[in-house]
Amino acid sequence: MHTRTLAELSAALHAREVSSVELTRHFLARIDALADKLNAFVTVTADAALAQAEAADAVLGAGEAGPLTGIPLVHKDIFCTRGVRTSCGSRMLDNFVAPYDAFAVERLAEAGMVTLAKANMDEFAMGSSNETSWYGPVRNPWDLDKVPGGSSGGSAAAVAARLAPAATGTDTGGSIRQPAALTGITGLKPTYGRISRFGMIAFASSLDQAGTLTQTAEDAALMLTAMAGHDPRDSTSVDEPVPDYRATLGDDLEGLRVGVPREFFDEGLDAANAAAVQAALDEFRKLGATVEDVSLPNVGLSVPAYYVVAPAECSSNLSRYDGVRFGYRAEDPVDLEDMYKRSRGEGFGAEVKRRIMTGAYVLSAGYYDAYYLKAQRVRQLIAEDFRQAFASVDLLLGPTTPTPAFALGAKTDDPVTMYLNDIYTIGVNLAGLPGMSVPCGMVDGLPVGLQLIGRHFDEAGLLNAAHRYQQVTDWHRLAPGGEFA
Amino acid sequence: MALTRHEVENIAHLARLRISADEVPGYVESLSRIIDFVAQLDDAETDKVEPMAHPLHMTQPLRVDAVTEENQRELFQTNASRTERGLYLVPKVIE
Repeated sequence: MHTRTLAELSAALHAREVSSVELTRHFLARIDALADKLNAFVTVTADAALAQAEAADAVLGAGEAGPLTGIPLVHKDIFCTRGVRTSCGSRMLDNFVAPYDAFAVERLAEAGMVTLAKANMDEFAMGSSNETSWYGPVRNPWDLDKVPGGSSGGSAAAVAARLAPAATGTDTGGSIRQPAALTGITGLKPTYGRISRFGMIAFASSLDQAGTLTQTAEDAALMLTAMAGHDPRDSTSVDEPVPDYRATLGDDLEGLRVGVPREFFDEGLDAANAAAVQAALDEFRKLGATVEDVSLPNVGLSVPAYYVVAPAECSSNLSRYDGVRFGYRAEDPVDLEDMYKRSRGEGFGAEVKRRIMTGAYVLSAGYYDAYYLKAQRVRQLIAEDFRQAFASVDLLLGPTTPTPAFALGAKTDDPVTMYLNDIYTIGVNLAGLPGMSVPCGMVDGLPVGLQLIGRHFDEAGLLNAAHRYQQVTDWHRLAPGGEFA
Repeated sequence: MALTRHEVENIAHLARLRISADEVPGYVESLSRIIDFVAQLDDAETDKVEPMAHPLHMTQPLRVDAVTEENQRELFQTNASRTERGLYLVPKVIE
């Protein structure tokens, strides 16, 4: 039962082969037996899940169910969930019980989904390995000595190990696509603004985007249809029509123009990853697509531009954590400044502090033009490169990450080495484009991800291409064996 | 460009972060690495390029200035470490 996709579980629930309560109990039992091996969750909400499942069964019984009614999922612990601790992977919010639901949580609950747990993550979504969490690192179910990627590492590990059929995630520089690639699942980061950020704890507001981690593109389409939409509580959420993303999954790829950015095949790309991506390009050719070289000349500056823009926004967003109204407060402060400094110094981990300080530095008097304004100009160049590429192609394909999953602790000594994990994903965030990662191969027992990048608001095109690829390949069906089978 | 110990201590102060004396050298090293790394942005020719503030070139929407939130002070204050009579308590500010 746990290996089934959302689409398959939906059919089983509607056929009354299984009830939502049975399904929920099944996944809760797997979580109980296996979650500790991965450290995938911060909080398991078993009682609330069973109550939600009972309500879903009543809806199913009344014949009023939608496609997602009664299906369990886990939420990244960055999404506020009313009455449930929402930690964002930080000691700062270890005691924070959200007083409201995030928009994404609200939408999926309205669709009848059942929340099993809140997933572990890099602290405030700042990390690429899930090693910055206050609750400890998450492990990769394919190899427990490897990282699952980050920052949505708990979400990815949970879906990969089949402890949940789906998860929410967020992607500011690759935080859905990179862990999806490293754990062999399908990750979708929609266009900036496609899903309201209301109730999603802010890291870098011009980049943050909610999305999905699932086994298949079809499942991502089901979830996105439920999650997308305008919300007046997020002034950057976009008021564009939301199509039924599942309706166009079967469209023909005949004549689809695929561009392959040559800058993504640089010396940093592992040869085996490159070979897996080339094999995927052959599948797209067989499906009727034409494949051509394109160039994104400035995309190599994505990582440095991001590490000015994102820390700048982070230093501003995280200034709200002052120990006064919510969050961690240091013991016995001698005065107000001592309270601020110690609450923040003790409440944040090293990487979060590093990014706050980077942001404070690049925004400080005398450096603003040299760093922040310069990075915003380079961001424009990068976005323009994508605009030009999309004048001649419909879709970009390339690797999601330079290498498969790396060992725990391998990149924690040098922040810049860690940052370079996101070299192929960050440009997409800077330009606000939709991107996906789908499994496209295995290297030494570890999954490899293929990245798909589309035009603004062309999630339907992305999902269609990914679905057709998954109809002719089996990589997305592979799951970790052994105790997780 | 290497940051100095003094610069790092000043940034930590601006960001209201207590950094212990033995943590400072580590931040001097890693922040210097990051600032060196982002300096490659200087290689890009950007004289005629407008800074990009928003990925979709949207204008900020306006809304009616009306009260839309109900008062939930008691609920919100359950997350505060110290409150009294509906007020948030902090150390004495005025001597």
